[in-house]
Parts: sequence; structure tokens; C-alpha cells
Amino acid sequence: MLNPLGLTLTSASLSQLMPMHVAICPLGRITSMGPTLAKLIDRPVPLGQEFLGLFSVRRPTGVQHYSDLQNKVGGRLQLVLNDRHESFRAIAVNCVEGGMVINLSFGIHLIEAVRRNALTDADFAPTDLAMEMLYLVEVKTAVMQELRNLNMRLQDEKSAAEEQALTDTLTGLRNRRALELRMPSLLAQGSDFALMHLDLDYFKQVNDTLGHAAGDHVLRQVALALNIETRSSDLVARVGGDEFVVLMPGLSRPERLSVIASRIIQRISQPIAFEGHSCKVSASIGMTISTSYAIPDSETMLADADAALYASKHAGRAQAQLHRPGATDRCRA
Amino acid sequence: MHGLINRSLQSFLTDTYGPSVWQAIAKAAGLKTTGFEALLIYEDAITDAVIDAAAKQLNRPRETVLEDLGTYLVSHQNLEGLRRLLRFGGVTFVDFLHSMEDLPEHGRLGVPNLDLPDFHLVEEAPGTFTLEITPLIAGVGHVIVGLLRAMADDYGALVLLDHAGLRGARECVSVLLLDQAHSSGRSFDLSMPEV
Repeated sequence: MLNPLGLTLTSASLSQLMPMHVAICPLGRITSMGPTLAKLIDRPVPLGQEFLGLFSVRRPTGVQHYSDLQNKVGGRLQLVLNDRHESFRAIAVNCVEGGMVINLSFGIHLIEAVRRNALTDADFAPTDLAMEMLYLVEVKTAVMQELRNLNMRLQDEKSAAEEQALTDTLTGLRNRRALELRMPSLLAQGSDFALMHLDLDYFKQVNDTLGHAAGDHVLRQVALALNIETRSSDLVARVGGDEFVVLMPGLSRPERLSVIASRIIQRISQPIAFEGHSCKVSASIGMTISTSYAIPDSETMLADADAALYASKHAGRAQAQLHRPGATDRCRA
Repeated sequence: MHGLINRSLQSFLTDTYGPSVWQAIAKAAGLKTTGFEALLIYEDAITDAVIDAAAKQLNRPRETVLEDLGTYLVSHQNLEGLRRLLRFGGVTFVDFLHSMEDLPEHGRLGVPNLDLPDFHLVEEAPGTFTLEITPLIAGVGHVIVGLLRAMADDYGALVLLDHAGLRGARECVSVLLLDQAHSSGRSFDLSMPEV
């Protein structure tokens, strides 16, 4: 047979073990309260007050009187401090002498409670894991911050690398890769667009007589001319040594395209000064428009623009020709 | 070596001596990138190379560089988070000193693959301690001297600290506690500062 041995603690010892306890007498009135809990109440410890007046039991439901509480001994309770809206986890146990001891903890609301009530290390029992939880939250926050920073750096580097992968380093224009990405997406969207293939005339002479530095300078000036004569929504790519392609979304009128081509040729035909020399180049252009095809595709359009360009070269250079289904039209620059 | 350790070394050199000095040190140490990532793992030799390069570039003994690093870890505002984590170790400086033995475990709570040295605290006489540290980098004891000095300030304790040489493979730091409550120290509020 077990001896129902009583274990008597002073109120001070009880407070050291459980700084958030409440002891109540068989009438349900408060006889002792741990110091941390007392700190939250913000007024003298309400000894003698009804426990179920100061606190409500939110879960389980239906606990109104001391006798209801008696039925919940040993189970998990959720309590609310009535005028503070502070919520607790708790357990109630019977005392040998009669009455009950109820021990509370902040549970998941610990972080908020510490902040709101300016709690310190001394407000928790040395066995309480509250400090570890606070510590973990700070570690987690620091690590998450570090991860966020890392992600942002990676994102920036990724954007820069992507940008670089699509850029022609000499002229700052887009490159062939960018063109090969953009054109299928325009086709997939079913947008109308014009395609212009441009090749410089007499560029080889500049390179041969004045050297590569002069050639590079000319290519940069041509890039500038193309940028000036096109819209920011157009894609201007350098796709070969002195070959360029311009994609013009939304442009499908041949007259308009001819005007733009003429302006480009005119601008490129202006003499370009380089270290006391005057470099003279011009441009031949072949063009095609997506609306000329029942089902446009990249390969056919590029081939047609190339054929139109060849026709321009053949017809005496410094001019633009538009591919038309079945024929190649000539427009004077 | 965990990137967190390399990264703190980088932060120390950058915050104390400026980005251009850090770049020069990184270059002299043969780093392939401009900096360390805190959550990657690096070859151990890189850390030593950076410390040696820093000592050479700054024209200071390696020990001094390491001790300054230790002080920086606790006292620089950019690492306030780390100071707070260390302060969770205890209410008094002696509590904190004892908590150093739990430091590797505490570190791994947040960063599971973080390798920190093991600490063993020996109380030689009342108020006289020796902290033994297993190897991590040569001269780790000097980092701890700097760190403990800054933590003593933080707690408001008056202590005498010294690197006390080797016990076997372990570096030793002697701690003589003169006054646990010499000054009020810096405040420590349990709740995290709002960002």
C-alpha cells in the first residue's frame, strides 16, 4: 500500500520552483502567487480574490467554478488573465491539505510576453527552457537574415550575369543569343513585327587601312546610330563582325519600315572621325515582316531578310530591300 | 572552416580598416572571390592565409590581430546580434564564463554544421580560472582573450586576462576575477531589439 505522503513547501520555495504558480484554497481563493505572475498583474498580489475571477479558462470550455476546475486536474488548461488579455498554458493539481496549485507558462506567446512585460532571466526558473527559446529565436532570425542577404547577392549576380550573357561587349548592343531568345517569344505571342538585317559596306577597307581600333570605333558609332533611329522596345543586336539585326515589335507597315531603314542608312553613311582620319562606311539592309507569312518562323524570316540584304548589296549597296512573298522589292535609300 | 568564421574575420578587417585594406589582404591571401559567404564551408588553410596576410599587411603581430578580432566580435555595433547571443549565456560574468563550455552546442542549435572549439573551464582557486580551448586556428586563445575582455566590459566585471600558453594541444586563457560588479556594464534586454 502506498503511503499518501504529503510534501509541504513554503510559499517562497514554491515561488523559486514555479515563479508563475497560483495556489488556491478549497474555496477557490488565491493564497499564494509566484513573483513573475505577480509582476504581470501590475498591482499588489490579489490574495483572497477568486482565482476564476482573475483568470478565465478558455480551454477546456465550461470551467466556471472551483468544482469544475477540480474535474480538470492534471490536464492541459488554457488560461487568460482577464484584464490583460495575456494567455497561458497551465496545469492544476490538488494539494494534500486541500486546495490546488496551478502552474502557468507563456507557451508560444513567450517572445511577446517577454517584450511586453520587460521580463529578465531572473523571472524564469533555472530549469525553464524559456532562455533557450529566446536564444533560438534570435539565432534563427540572424541566420534567416544572412540567408536573405545571400539570396539578394545571388539575385544581383544572376541578373548581371544574364545581362552580360545577352550583351555584345564591344558595342553594348544585344548579341545573337539575345536575338535567338527574343524572336521565338515574339512568334509564340503571335505579335506582328519587322526584322531588319544590316551589313556594313566598305567596313573591311576601314579595318585594313586604319586598323582594328578604327574598325571598333566605327562599330560603336554604328551601334549609336542604330540606337538613335530605333525605339527602346526594339531589339538591336550585333550578330557578326559587321552584321546587325533589328527586331521591331508592333511594326508591320512597309512604308514606315522603309522610312526607318533610309534614316539608318543616312546616319551610318555620315563620315566617322577617328584620330584625324575620316572613316566612310554605309549600310545595306534586308527586311521582312511577320505578316507576310501564313505561319511565320524564325529560320524562314532570317533567311528572307538575308536574301533581301544580298539583293541590296547586289543592287549597289547603301540601300534597303523588303522581302515580299514570291519577290524581293526594292526601296531606294 | 565554416564560412561564418571566415566572414566574421572579413567583417572585422573591413569594418576596422576599410574595404580597400580588406581587398589587399584578400588578394595577398590568394582568395579567388572578393569575400566569404557566411553559409558555405571553406578549406581550413584559407583562414590561416587570411590571418597571416592581415598581420603582414597591417604590420602587427598575428596575436594582436586575433585579439582585436575577439574584441570586435563583441563590441562592434554590426555584430550586436552576436553579443546578445553570448549574453544569453548567463546573468553574471562568471555564469557566462561557465556557459563557454556550452558554446559549441549553442552554436550548433542555430547553424548545425558550425565547428567551434571545445572549451573546458577549470576553477584553479576562487576567482581564478583557466579556460582550455581545443585547436581551431593557431592562436585561437588570443581571439578568446579579446572576446572575454569585451564581455567582461559588457557585464561590468573587472578581470585580468592573459594567454597562458599550451596544455598539451589546448591553448589556455587565464582569467583572474577582481570584481564581478565593478561597473554597471551594458544593458541586456531579453527581448530582441525591433528591426
